[in-house]
Amino acid sequence: MSVEILSRIQFTLTVAFHYIYPPMTIGLGVLLVIMEGIYIKTKNPLFHQLAHFWTKVFGLVFAIGVATGIVMEFEFGTNWAAYSRFVGDIFGSALAAEGIFAFFLESGFLALLLFGWDKVGPKMHFFATCMVALGAHFSAIWIVVANSWMQTPAGFHLEKITKGVHTPLPSGYIVQAEDLGHVRAVVDNFWAMVLNPSSMERLTHVVLGAWLTGAFLIISISAWYLLKGKHQKFAKASITVAVIFASVTSILQMVSADVTARGVVRNQPIKLAAMEGVYKTEEATPMTLFGYVDQNKRETIGPKIPGLLSFLSFHNFRTPVLGLNELPDDAFLAARHPGMSTGELAKIRPTYWPMVGATFQFYHVMIIIGSIIFAIAFVSLLLLRNGLLFRTDLPAVRAFLWVLVFSVLGPQIANQAGWFTAEIGRQPWIVYNLLRTSDGLSRVVQANQVVFSIILFALIYILLFITFIYLLNKKIQHGPDDDEGHHTLAPGVDPEDLFSKQARA
Amino acid sequence: MQLPDLNTVWFILVGVLFTGYAILDGFDLGVGILHLFVKNDHDRRILLNSIGPVWDGNEVWLVTGGGALFAAFPGAYATVFSGFYNAFMLLLVALIFRAVAIEFRSKETGKTWRQAWDIAFSLGSFLAALLIGVAMGNITRGIPLNAEGDYVGTFIGLLNPYSLLLGLTVVALFAMHGAIYLVLKTEGALQAEIRSWVPWLIGAFLVLFILFNLDTFFECPNLLGVMRNRPYGFAVLILNIIVALSIPGIIRAGYEMGAFLASCLTMVLLMAVLGISYFPNLVISHPDPANSLTIYNVASSQKTLANMLVIAVIGVPIVLAYTASIYWIFRGKTKIGHVGY
Ligand code: HDD
Ligand code: HEM
Ligand code: HEM
Repeated sequence: MSVEILSRIQFTLTVAFHYIYPPMTIGLGVLLVIMEGIYIKTKNPLFHQLAHFWTKVFGLVFAIGVATGIVMEFEFGTNWAAYSRFVGDIFGSALAAEGIFAFFLESGFLALLLFGWDKVGPKMHFFATCMVALGAHFSAIWIVVANSWMQTPAGFHLEKITKGVHTPLPSGYIVQAEDLGHVRAVVDNFWAMVLNPSSMERLTHVVLGAWLTGAFLIISISAWYLLKGKHQKFAKASITVAVIFASVTSILQMVSADVTARGVVRNQPIKLAAMEGVYKTEEATPMTLFGYVDQNKRETIGPKIPGLLSFLSFHNFRTPVLGLNELPDDAFLAARHPGMSTGELAKIRPTYWPMVGATFQFYHVMIIIGSIIFAIAFVSLLLLRNGLLFRTDLPAVRAFLWVLVFSVLGPQIANQAGWFTAEIGRQPWIVYNLLRTSDGLSRVVQANQVVFSIILFALIYILLFITFIYLLNKKIQHGPDDDEGHHTLAPGVDPEDLFSKQARA
Repeated sequence: MQLPDLNTVWFILVGVLFTGYAILDGFDLGVGILHLFVKNDHDRRILLNSIGPVWDGNEVWLVTGGGALFAAFPGAYATVFSGFYNAFMLLLVALIFRAVAIEFRSKETGKTWRQAWDIAFSLGSFLAALLIGVAMGNITRGIPLNAEGDYVGTFIGLLNPYSLLLGLTVVALFAMHGAIYLVLKTEGALQAEIRSWVPWLIGAFLVLFILFNLDTFFECPNLLGVMRNRPYGFAVLILNIIVALSIPGIIRAGYEMGAFLASCLTMVLLMAVLGISYFPNLVISHPDPANSLTIYNVASSQKTLANMLVIAVIGVPIVLAYTASIYWIFRGKTKIGHVGY
């Protein structure tokens, strides 16, 4: 296999594994702020117990997030050296800002969050919790800004460096093969770079996805306690907070998803066409709900709703969505392949497409899972309002609680699928329309070195993942400390608990 | 007086970040290196808890140093990390294992479990210190670069005696620093035991360090040329050795904090010597010095250096302020309580 494919596999493996943890950190962070905030306000010790237990889960998740994040920080240099030289002027600032504004804040106050319970007062501890959550969000901001710049570059110009002389290149300059190593992107306007056309909408989408991940982690573990009849009070309080939070967030996520998708229509029409499997440009473009892409015949098979894609893209049922057969347009191709006839350009065109089938499938997985998450959140909210969610004597409620136990996987899958859509859909570019992924590699790194590191990381990550699940499970089994659950229930039974197994027994 | 240009400012700032890393992660890597020499479980937990609240923040200095190098001198970042590919992959593995070992170790009571993570923690710390030293050694000595600024040597080529010597020197330095930190954080029999190690560790460090300096005379004539024009570099070097030599006395006099600060100063002076001898080079090309990467030929644009300076001027004082408060809150002897490892 080529160094390119191998480096992509390695990046995919390491970043996808890393991305299991940050969404939990970000989401749990916000929920910890809410729980501890309620405690500070009401002085109800139950919420102290909540904050305490979920902090421990947070600590475990955080440790693996850190350990796997360091790999990411250096991988740009090790595997993507040519890319690093090309974008360092822009991308490097975002990464350095992440270190200074986010990681220091997170890791510094984490000490107080985890170990400071009896070193500082409750207000100071709450402040530390807020800072850790803020730090996690800052790191999402900078890394998503950096990534969005790769999707929709802005606020820069290209320059050529020959023998120490820097010559600015006109906008629209096409990087030639012989330019590699001598051309780089240079920042013109820092804020235009940060606020590039896709960064804010993608950031919102990512952060909301992370909130859902944290909320469903709590929902899942609490539902399991409810089913097992353990730690009832604790589980009820946790699940109530998390369900309300998840419901609000999932509405926001639907709005954000729509904004994000229309951003892709504007900024990256090829990616959009691949996500939806659209080849032919036609009026009232239909949307395929699910199905598969026949890349040879250039068509997408599956149930379609006429006009829906036009509507979602342009809020109007007629306007056609551009199909891949037209993308990229002839002018774009002719500029890169001077002297070719229209027929030849048509043959070259698919080399500017991402893997259509994969982009389509990942995107549809995200949407389907997203809709299921939305539904689950609202059914839970409804049951909560009607006082039914804790009726563990009803078989239907028990079945639903089991759904909640597994719901933790939903946001995780949607997050991964979302990133795979965004990143695969960006191909063949590493910096959109500027630098090809194959041109971003380290020239000096050989295939066997990359194979060696892939195997190494794969083994370590398997070990880490198993240990993580094992320890998380142990923590769940152990449950919250100074437990006010079923032991103390018997004498002055909590009326809500009358229907739980213990109370009846 | 003429103000230094932005490139020089960033040379210093990247140096400050890596010095911060050496001082801070230096002691917790050192604690890791010594971990297996402490025998019983309770004492090992004391060691872990002594660095528990701070090791992660310490490691961020490396992350931020790497980020700053990327932002200010992307060419150097790209060359070093792709050129030292295998070495950095091993470093990453070492850092991963030691990070998770701290978190995992005390979560189970089984003997094998604890033994395994103890070894991961200690070996990871040792390997990290060694590899950092080896990488620095190669950069000091010079590495073969082509006109494109790419490394054209081999992995085995990185493991030359000179660089390995610096690797071991760094291991001894961190172990010394970690031991002095532990004297500060422990009490009773454990403290007495660790205190008895300190002179030996300082001795080991000084012997290796002096050997390394002698070797530099033979291996790096170009560096000597640079130093001859900067005689104050020698003054800093001598000061460095004097400060290290004074530490056992300070400990004997009972000034634990003073000893730790002296150890920190040793690190600062060491980094200063390196900085003085590199400047304005970042990566020296050997045998063809014309291909060296300097703070001018691999720097980002002036605009980015200026933007980043604004970020640093806003961010660094805040970071220093809360880092100092957190160290203050966790001051004093480490005890094992209900929170911790
Ligand atoms: C949306 C959020 C997000 C995304 C897309 C990424 N990360 Fe991450 N990262 C975090 C959110 C985060 C976090 C929430 O801030 C973490 C997780 C756990 C933690 O300790 O901080 C973190 C940890 C973390 C660390 C360890 C910091 C420390 O020592 O405290 C590094 C070096 C990176 N990340 C670097 C990266 C790089 C280079 C990425 C891109 C390829 C990346 N992360 C993707
Ligand atoms: C700032 C953040 C990120 C940057 C700079 C970045 C950059 C890159 C780079 C350099 C590659 C390798 C080239 C390629 O194969 O396309 C890549 C691929 C990939 N990235 Fe990202 N990425 C970022 C965040 C993420 C995150 C958080 C995920 C989540 C899981 C992710 C998922 C992927 C996947 C799945 C691929 C493989 C795509 C393919 O091989 O076609 N990325 N990205
Ligand atoms: C109906 C539901 C959804 C729609 C229509 C939708 C839409 C999109 C679109 C269009 C992208 C690609 C953006 C790009 O390529 O730049 C994307 C990416 C992404 N999605 Fe979704 N999304 C939905 C639900 C979700 C849910 C529920 C989650 C997580 C819980 C999620 C997490 C992500 C993530 C992490 C990314 C990658 C980052 C990004 O590019 O913004 N999505 N989504």
